[in-house]
Amino acid sequence: MKVRDSALAALDGLRDGMTVMVGGFGLVGAPLTLIDALCEHGARDLTIVSNNLGEPGGKGLSRLLALGRIRRAVGSYFTSNPEVVAAVERGELEVTLLPQGTLAEAIRAGGAGLGGFFTPVGAGTLLAEGKEQRLIDGRLHVLESPLRADFSLVRAWRADGLGNLVYDKTQQNFNPAMAAAGAVTVAEVDELVEVGDLPPATIHTPHLYVKRVVRAQVRITDVKSVEEMLR
Amino acid sequence: MTSVRPSVRSVIAERAARELRAGDVVNLGIGIPALVPAFVTPGSVFLHSENGVLGFGDTPAPDAVDPNLVNAGKQPVTEVPGSVYFDSAASFGMIRGGHVDVAVIGALQVSARGDIANWAVPGKAVLGVGGAMDLCAGARRLVVTMTHTEKDGRPKIVEELSLPATAFGVVDAVVTELAVFRVVEGRLVLVELQPGVTLAEVREKTGAAFEWRDAPTPEA
Repeated sequence: MKVRDSALAALDGLRDGMTVMVGGFGLVGAPLTLIDALCEHGARDLTIVSNNLGEPGGKGLSRLLALGRIRRAVGSYFTSNPEVVAAVERGELEVTLLPQGTLAEAIRAGGAGLGGFFTPVGAGTLLAEGKEQRLIDGRLHVLESPLRADFSLVRAWRADGLGNLVYDKTQQNFNPAMAAAGAVTVAEVDELVEVGDLPPATIHTPHLYVKRVVRAQVRITDVKSVEEMLR
Repeated sequence: MTSVRPSVRSVIAERAARELRAGDVVNLGIGIPALVPAFVTPGSVFLHSENGVLGFGDTPAPDAVDPNLVNAGKQPVTEVPGSVYFDSAASFGMIRGGHVDVAVIGALQVSARGDIANWAVPGKAVLGVGGAMDLCAGARRLVVTMTHTEKDGRPKIVEELSLPATAFGVVDAVVTELAVFRVVEGRLVLVELQPGVTLAEVREKTGAAFEWRDAPTPEA
């Protein structure tokens, strides 16, 4: 069985200096319970691959950042959290910025065993500096490298005991690609069901990608009110 | 862009809405583009959001908010018949692959040949690009909505970008509160004046030479 009793136990083997992918677009689809466990776990000098680093006020990965555990962040949009901007300005956090689609595809490529890909997105811009560029069918492309992780922390709606995952609506975002790109993928879910109870055609992430499963203890509505969401 | 008077923003959004055709798959940026749906016949286009949804409806009432259903502005939206969800890698494959018909997006500068700058300002830490480069490079048609000038009067339509580029030669149309331009084979063409606006005013406030569709000879 892949189901663990606690989120902290599900992070067994995670060590200082590792690369950890964390799903979510803002807080939607972010594994908030596992992020809290990662804060409790204490691992330092982490490289975090995530679209952004939580939201202001210690929400999501913002809490891990405030604890000083993140050395480097790879993502696409950190501007919306002033705490991230401040950490960069203090020299405490190194940021690698990628166009959002390049980030998603680099994670997908990592999980799919590719050595990289050429994309027209960002070619000729500041974000292509230092990268190989090539004309393909008359259009400039930039070579992007795959991303892989020691651990991937993902959020889903339902899981069975094998680790098959189903996501709810736009909760999917980066989670399916990250589930495939982590050496150890841990999924946090609202509902655990028996093997055979998930209709096979509805499964988004097949179980071979998922090593451990825990129940979600923290939901997005616990950290962000409906009024804040609508603001 | 958020401090612009609502009337100016509405004028731009209303005109930008007329760039959309029935059945288009449309991705809207934040700011003025987010106002466009108010001027579109409900159900006539399919809204695409890069965080993984195609075909969604308006902002829900507070008691109907689903925290797992948001657009790329992280705003709660609603499911409509035909709505479909997918992951980020698939969503950006749709954008890069030319399957999104139109992106409507804001800009800091647009050049006469259709280059666009809308993600970085020199002197500030460059910590966010989001989906801007993907949308600018990938959408089949790119419609830019922006005020014609900066608050201090500096033109945003220029011969050459002075800000870091987002993408090159990709802009198809520029809608401002003064005029509508198209970029046709690398040439900037004024195609329409907003009501009450004169050609002289547009010339004065535009930092690039342009052709005028109705003019007998191209502008110098």
